[in-house]
Amino acid sequence: MTDRALAVVRAGALTTVQDTGRPGHAHLGVPRSGALDAPAAALVNRLVGNPPGAAVLETTLDGCALRPRSAVTVAVGGAPCPVAVDGRPAPWGAPVHVPAGALLEVGTAVSGVRGYVAVSGGIAVEPVLGSRSTDLLSGLGPPPLRNGAVLPLGRPGVPHARVDVAPQPAPPAELVLRVTLGPRDDWCAPEAVRTFTSRAYRVSPASNRIGLRTDGPALTRARTGELPSEGMVLGAVQVPPDGRPVVFLADHPTTGGYPVIGVVRAADLPAAAQARPGTPVRFVAVRHR
Amino acid sequence: MNVLRVGEDALLVEVASGEEAQALHAELLRRRAEGSLRAREIVPAARTVLLDGLADRARALSELSAAEVPPAPPRAGDVVELPVRYDGPDLGEVAAHWGVPEPEVARIHAGTEFRVAFCGFAPGFGYLTGLPARYHVPRRDTPRTAVPAGSVALAGPYTGVYPRSSPGGWRLIGTTDAVLWDHTRVPAALLSPGTRVRFVDRGRS
Repeated sequence: MTDRALAVVRAGALTTVQDTGRPGHAHLGVPRSGALDAPAAALVNRLVGNPPGAAVLETTLDGCALRPRSAVTVAVGGAPCPVAVDGRPAPWGAPVHVPAGALLEVGTAVSGVRGYVAVSGGIAVEPVLGSRSTDLLSGLGPPPLRNGAVLPLGRPGVPHARVDVAPQPAPPAELVLRVTLGPRDDWCAPEAVRTFTSRAYRVSPASNRIGLRTDGPALTRARTGELPSEGMVLGAVQVPPDGRPVVFLADHPTTGGYPVIGVVRAADLPAAAQARPGTPVRFVAVRHR
Repeated sequence: MNVLRVGEDALLVEVASGEEAQALHAELLRRRAEGSLRAREIVPAARTVLLDGLADRARALSELSAAEVPPAPPRAGDVVELPVRYDGPDLGEVAAHWGVPEPEVARIHAGTEFRVAFCGFAPGFGYLTGLPARYHVPRRDTPRTAVPAGSVALAGPYTGVYPRSSPGGWRLIGTTDAVLWDHTRVPAALLSPGTRVRFVDRGRS
């Protein structure tokens, strides 16, 4: 292996390789996948001079530690956290030079959930159907990082609209998700639709890359029986038998049989990726455009 | 045909039957190929086709609401043959449901021409239709935590083959060595919506 590689010293709770995902294959049962906080992933790429779709690492709450075999530029963004190179504090949300063999430590998030680590040249694992993303639902792409793993890096290109510092939104203290109702809101009781769009929910600890699960008032059905399986979109809010809404995130199944009461606006999903368990959630109905 | 708006740039088109959904899917693929429909995803399912990532939803909505869908085109193309050993642990239960001796399950199943109605659940998992209604069986009351890869299974109106080991509640009647999904192969999925499929009885090993 060349020295364009990155050794994983501490993989963290769940660190995966992510890019912009593999849309276009839903008819084969392939989830779109990709970074949950896509703007944060695109920004750290810009900070190191990568194209916005280069593969980055997505960490979950407790960061990771990495040792590049050659000198690289890295940037850490998404959930704010301490960053250190060989024990010395380094800036978060800005390009950082890491010498060959030095230890880059991405610490535990002080707020938010998902951190993004871009490395100049990008993570160059073999693409699957045009994407390097780890898909936890179907197992496509590289497995989640393990201690001792070595990841290949691509060659840094010509710096590409590079920025030195950039504002990043703070993780939400309250998550407000705009939803357009349907296509199966008629499967829920009318008072359930009112409950859904007026009462407070909280982010459940059972949330993951497949779905943001919520705790709160259960939504009752107006219709019993099974809905035949139908195609699901990103941001779809499914109502499972327990009545607690689940917002579909990037690794969501491509078809499903529980009614979808509404769909969250795509622009609101990056904040959902950063909402910690317990964060209050409000679903606000907006009209179809 | 009922066209429902989904989120910001998707439509869910609802039709009366699985056959109509397959015909609509074929028609939408034709329109996308000729350039009159621009959609990132066209996802057929049991009674619907989802159009996601529409470049112009308002136009698609008005065109679809007025559309006449021709019946599915004649089943062109090759039939994918899947060799099967009819040795599944639920073969006896299925035989009892059908009211036939076990070897008859293999004869009926291998004598049926299937068509992939839609995919989902896992990459390469196809929902195959073709068995007459009297052979539809309910799912198991308790799903298995691990169904081996290659298991040939029945549930409701569908037959399916598990591309890899996973939990599952379908009734297992046999095993195939066919590789349903290989991301290094082109195409990666052996079965895609519309594919015709026959199971070939290779005995009980």
